[in-house]
Amino acid sequence: MRLPTFAAQDDPGPNFVALLQAAGLAPPLPDSATNDLSITHATTVVAIRCANGVVMAGDRRATAGHLISHSSIEKVFPADRHSGIAIAGAAGPAMEMVRLFQLQLEHYEKVECRPLSLEGQANQLSIMVRNNLPAALQGFAVVPLFAGYDTASEVGRLFQYDVTGGRYEEREHAAMGSGSLHAGTVIKLGYRPDATPDEMIDLAVSALYRTAEEDTATGGPDLVRGIFPVVAVVGPEGFERVDDTDVERRFRDLLASMDNS
Amino acid sequence: MTMPFYVAPEQMMKDRADFARKGISRGRALAAVSIQEGILICAENRSRTLRKVSEIYDRVAFAGVGRYNEFDQLRIAGIRHADMKGYTFSRQDVDARSLANQYAQLLGQTFTHEMKPLEVEILVTEVGPTHNTDQMFHILYDGTVNDESGITVLGGSCEVIADKLQESYEPTWQLPEAIGAAAQALSSSDATHNTEDLTAPNNAVLGADELEVALLARGKSGRAFQRIEGQALAEHLER
Repeated sequence: MRLPTFAAQDDPGPNFVALLQAAGLAPPLPDSATNDLSITHATTVVAIRCANGVVMAGDRRATAGHLISHSSIEKVFPADRHSGIAIAGAAGPAMEMVRLFQLQLEHYEKVECRPLSLEGQANQLSIMVRNNLPAALQGFAVVPLFAGYDTASEVGRLFQYDVTGGRYEEREHAAMGSGSLHAGTVIKLGYRPDATPDEMIDLAVSALYRTAEEDTATGGPDLVRGIFPVVAVVGPEGFERVDDTDVERRFRDLLASMDNS
Repeated sequence: MTMPFYVAPEQMMKDRADFARKGISRGRALAAVSIQEGILICAENRSRTLRKVSEIYDRVAFAGVGRYNEFDQLRIAGIRHADMKGYTFSRQDVDARSLANQYAQLLGQTFTHEMKPLEVEILVTEVGPTHNTDQMFHILYDGTVNDESGITVLGGSCEVIADKLQESYEPTWQLPEAIGAAAQALSSSDATHNTEDLTAPNNAVLGADELEVALLARGKSGRAFQRIEGQALAEHLER
């Protein structure tokens, strides 16, 4: 691998994706419909705003048609120090998008010696989703949720996207993927503005549990194998994943409260 | 048709080397020290925005002296190289040695083939799990690579500064004493005192707003590069 140098007029600047294109490393787009091909799909993810941050959560199931292809994939990732991304849709392109997005933010920060603003990150993701539109039309749709703590205005912010790259900022909560209807309803009923992150983690856990009861593509907590949804809080301290044992405890509390009622 | 004058290759190389050295010695120096907490890089830099020290990858950092636009181009090329390598292979495959070789090739090529050699000296350094595994590659304007250990000094009057640091250097140094010693040593350079303010006392030690300090922290997972600036730096210097 040689040192990439460019003439001033061809320089890609702090844009990592443009750099990959210049180096011929950009992923190719599919050129035929893939409706017959059963590709892996990542399913339900949710994000809820709370006091001073956002709670993000995603179940662990991936499906291919009617089969469960993975029972422990992860759909919630850190994007930058103060932001996180959760994905639903075709798992392969989605993972690639997450990886590129993370690298894009890191690359920008290193080249420019300052991190990209949260607004800039949200717009950047919008462009990436839009660039995936031809693939989405072939059956490889990727729809992310993006949340972060805006260090400039000191609030948690939450964005959802559609396949065309449309970027919609949500004030309360958002859900994506096959179980989004059920998860969204549970969250809507339990949501309170300015609740603590702790309360909203419980709400996210309960929403995923209820969704798993209604939607086959959403995995519930697996107490036998010890597989639990990925839950993370994005706040002033940055992106912090909630420990698996903590999530397990919350599930056991939830189950116990259901037994008592 | 006019014939160009014959210039002996020895003479041409010497002229170019002199030219590059002159440019570099005008700049202010920087020092890197391998200590307990990792690798400390300390540069004399009065600008808050134009950086001399920068992050390349998880455990790799870059520092340059000489012409700003030239070493900044090299810095960005290094970040691109590292990020593309990490993307194509994996994060653990990005290392200082291969990057140093790439830099050496580019600098050597420019030195012999271009009109003007690059007036820079750069440092590519990688922090390891222990002091013995730290790597420091000091690369000169003509592509010469020096693999150094413990201490490296780049830029004008680097011998004076290196000698001063070497007197007291211990690999077991902690951060505050290393920053103090580096600031002391950098202050002993001639370039520092030949500048604007002739009334300043000649033995003044550089302050927090005249230094750019960064640490490649040892034993940290992920990105190990952290800047030490503002209040934190002032506190270290006071001790």
